[in-house]
Amino acid sequence: MSDFLRGRAMRGVLAVLVLLALLPLVMDPFRLNLSGKYLAFAFVAVGIVLMWGYGGVLSLGQGIFFGLGGYMMAMFLKLEASAPDLPDFMSWSSVETLPLWWQPFHSLGWTLVLIALLPPLLAYLFSYAVFRKRVGGVYFAIVTLSLALTLTVLIVGQQGDTGGANGITDFRTILGRDIVGDSAKLVIYLAEAAVLGLTMILCVGLLHSRFGKVLIAIRDREDRVRFSGYNTAHIKAFVFALAALLSSVGGAFYALQVGMVSPNAVGVVASIEMVIYAAVGGRLSVAGAVVGALLVGLLKSYLSEAFPEVWLYFLGSLFIGVVAFMPQGLAGFALRLGTGR
Amino acid sequence: MNLATLSLLPRDERSVPVPAMSLSGDVVLGVEELTVSFDGFRAVDGISLNIHRNELRVIIGPNGAGKTTLLDMICGKTRPTAGSIRFKGRDLTRLPEHEIVRAGVGRKFQNPSVYEDLTVMENFEISIPGGQGVLGSLLFRRSADVRARIRAIAESVFLEALLDEKAGRLSHGQKQWLEIGMLLMQSPELLLLDEPVAGMSPREREQTGELLRRISQGKSVIVIEHDMDFVKQIASTVTVLHQGRVLSQGTADQVQADPRVIDVYLGH
Repeated sequence: MSDFLRGRAMRGVLAVLVLLALLPLVMDPFRLNLSGKYLAFAFVAVGIVLMWGYGGVLSLGQGIFFGLGGYMMAMFLKLEASAPDLPDFMSWSSVETLPLWWQPFHSLGWTLVLIALLPPLLAYLFSYAVFRKRVGGVYFAIVTLSLALTLTVLIVGQQGDTGGANGITDFRTILGRDIVGDSAKLVIYLAEAAVLGLTMILCVGLLHSRFGKVLIAIRDREDRVRFSGYNTAHIKAFVFALAALLSSVGGAFYALQVGMVSPNAVGVVASIEMVIYAAVGGRLSVAGAVVGALLVGLLKSYLSEAFPEVWLYFLGSLFIGVVAFMPQGLAGFALRLGTGR
Repeated sequence: MNLATLSLLPRDERSVPVPAMSLSGDVVLGVEELTVSFDGFRAVDGISLNIHRNELRVIIGPNGAGKTTLLDMICGKTRPTAGSIRFKGRDLTRLPEHEIVRAGVGRKFQNPSVYEDLTVMENFEISIPGGQGVLGSLLFRRSADVRARIRAIAESVFLEALLDEKAGRLSHGQKQWLEIGMLLMQSPELLLLDEPVAGMSPREREQTGELLRRISQGKSVIVIEHDMDFVKQIASTVTVLHQGRVLSQGTADQVQADPRVIDVYLGH
C-alpha cells in the first residue's frame, strides 16, 4: 500500500519534471523568466508541504528565510557588480566602509555555504526553543508572522547597509558571466528546474521513510508521539529548519532570476502568499505544491495584465473556491478524478 | 466520611496486609508520598506504593480519586508537587516524557490514542524503540526482523489480519488493542493502562483479560479499571484510591468486603 503511494507521489514528481522541461519550448523568454521566478516560490511551497501538510507546523514567516537566501545571493552579486567600489546605495547613505557582515559575500563559495547553513541554523535554534516550551499551532504562526514583519522593518530601517526599501538591485553578472540575456535566463531556468527536481525526489523519499510517518503522527497526536519515545520538539524544529533551507535556496534563485531583491520578498504578504501556493497545489503533495506555485503565479501575471482593475478579485475567488471545495488542493482533486471517487 | 474514620486510614501501603504472592520479585516501581495540587486542590495526596516484577496491579476508585493523575505523574505527563517516583532506582520526576518511555515505561491512555491516518503496520513501526532521532527515522528500514516482530505482536493483540488497514477504520476495541500492541512494541518493563477494556464487548474483554495476564509475565502492569468482574479476572492485588489517597489494598474479594470501600462507593 505505501509502496503504491510512493509510486503515486513519484509519478506526480515525474509529471511535473516533464512539464518543467517542456516550458522552455512553448514559452517566450519573458514568460519563461516569469516561470523561473515562480519556481523560486515553489521551493518554499515544497517546504511548507513538509512542515505544514505533514508536520502540522504552520509558519506565516517563510519570507524570512526566502529573504535571507535572496539577500545573501544579491549581496554577492552586488559586490561583484560594484567592485572595486562600495555598492552604490552605501555611498548614497554616506557609508564609508563595507560593514563587517558583508565581508563573506566577496566569495561565491562562502555565499553558497551561508545560504545553505545560516537560515536552517537560525530556524532550528529559534523553533526548538519555542517547541520545547510546548508553544505551537496558531501561536507559532503568529510568532513567525511578527518575525517576518520585524525583519522587514529592520531591512528598511538600515538603508545604508541593506539598500532599504529599494532593496538591492542593478547587478548583471555572476563570476563575470551575463545573467540578464535570454540565453543566460534559459540556463538559470534549467539549473533551477534541475535543483527543484532533485529537491522534490528527496522530499518524496523523506516522506516515505519512518520520519515521514512520524511527522504525520505528530500532526495528528503530538502527545502520543512523545509517549512513543520521540522528542517531538526536536523533530518539529528539524522539519522547520528543512523548510527554511528550501526557502533560502528558493530566495537565492529568485535573486538570480529577477535581478533584484527587496523587503517585499521578506514581508508578511509574501509569506502568506507562499502558504497559499501550497494550499492551492495541495498541502499533502510535493508535486502539487510546485504546480500550485507556478499556476497561481502565472495566473496572477496574466490576470493583472488582462484585468488591471479587478484582477485581485479573481485571485481571491480562486482561493476561496479551493479552500471551500478542494481541501486537498489541486493534487487531491486530480487524485479524485483519477480514482473516480 | 468523617474525620474519625479518615484518621484510621493507612497513610502507607506498608501498614496494609499485602498478599504474599505479589511480594515475589524485586520492586520495579517505588512511589513515595506522591502529591500534586492544582490551584490548591490535592488531586493526589501522599500516595505511596510499590510495584514488583511480574505484578499486575489494578487501581480502582470513584471518579476524581486521582487514578489517572497518578499514572500521568508516573509517565511524566503531569509533574508532582512533592514526593518521588523511582523506577529501577531512577527518579522519573525530572525526566522528559520521551526519556521515561526510553527508560521502559509505556502508557496507554483512557481514550484510545492511535495514529488514525497511518496503517496499523505503520502505527507499530513508529513505536519500535531505537533510532527515534531524525537520522534514525530517516534511515529506518522495514527489515525482515522488524516485519516478523510486528507480525508477532499484531497476532498477540488480535490484529494480524488488519495490518494494512488505516487505524482510523478500526473499531473502538481494536483501537484499544492497537494501543496496547504499540506499547508492547516498545518492550517496556512497566505498562500503565488506563481503562483498557472500556467500550469492549464481553468477548473482547475476556480476550483482553487473557492478554493482560500474558503480558504481565516478565513485566509489571498497572491497570485502572471500574468493572469489578474484569478486575477479579485479572488482578492479584487491588489498590483502592479515594480523594487522592490509598483507601484500601488487598485481593479483589478483600477490598470488596472492606467496609470503608463499600462506604465510599455506596455511602455519603
